Amino acid sequence: MLDDADRRILRQMLADPELDPTTLASRAGVTPATLWRRLDRLRQRGILQGIEARVNWRALGYEVEVSLRFTLDKTEPRAFDAFTAAAREVPEVTEIQTFLGSVDIRLSVIARDMAHWQQIYRDRILPLPHVTDIEPLMLVATLKDSAELPL
Amino acid sequence: MTDPFAPDATDIAILKLLARNAELSAAEVGRAVGLTQPAAWRRIRRLKESGAIAGRRVVVDRAALGFGVTVFLGIRLAARGRPALEDFERAAAAVPEVQTVQHVLGRFDYRLRIVARDIPDFERILRRRIMTLPGVGQVEANVVLSEERRPGPLG
Repeated sequence: MLDDADRRILRQMLADPELDPTTLASRAGVTPATLWRRLDRLRQRGILQGIEARVNWRALGYEVEVSLRFTLDKTEPRAFDAFTAAAREVPEVTEIQTFLGSVDIRLSVIARDMAHWQQIYRDRILPLPHVTDIEPLMLVATLKDSAELPL
Repeated sequence: MTDPFAPDATDIAILKLLARNAELSAAEVGRAVGLTQPAAWRRIRRLKESGAIAGRRVVVDRAALGFGVTVFLGIRLAARGRPALEDFERAAAAVPEVQTVQHVLGRFDYRLRIVARDIPDFERILRRRIMTLPGVGQVEANVVLSEERRPGPLG
């Protein structure tokens, strides 16, 4: 199981992924050698799965982001698999979640501008299979986006 | 607004590599895309300075850490106007279990992503921390069953 040192290390890393190892070790109250050992063990156990670069699509010219919420036809047993497989083929899809609730599947979709969005929506989203309802939420601003956990 | 950074094929290749593993060294990135270490380092620096790389994301097994439940909330505010939005945003962002707060247009005003230990823990968070946020009106909850991030339009 995790002990307090593991928890402190993860808490600090999740709160500020940009920390250099020396600062991370000192904030977590461990020596740099302990930090390396603990991180190694957390990776081996699959708890720490990796560190990824966060791509800022706006800086790459994608000004529009829409959260699309789908309801699927549940009389069709393959609806989820067929829908997900087709959604993976759309390059502008950046996230896929499936849910238990009134929404079945959500996609995050990005576009360069509204004209591009309209084109993606007509050519790539509307043809997705087994959809009974689509509801868009247009992103205005992200005020918080953190991987922090109340450990 | 400044012109967006126009990355070439090599920049895109580097971005793809780092989006999967931000811990690769400039030498490793260089080897993968056929650049020298200093050339790769300059490209990486430019990706960061242009804002194309906005930072790093630590990926953990949330369930293994005891957070087995992730819920997306759609929230509609009961009151409108700027003070109402600002009060709500400040209070929502301060809740430790709230990972994401997004202002949206559509049937809801905000999207929240929440982590909880289990369903009873989620119910406690919903009652004590979410329903008590200033201005909260209608709330819709959807429990995440599965999730995947896609590489997006990186060529």
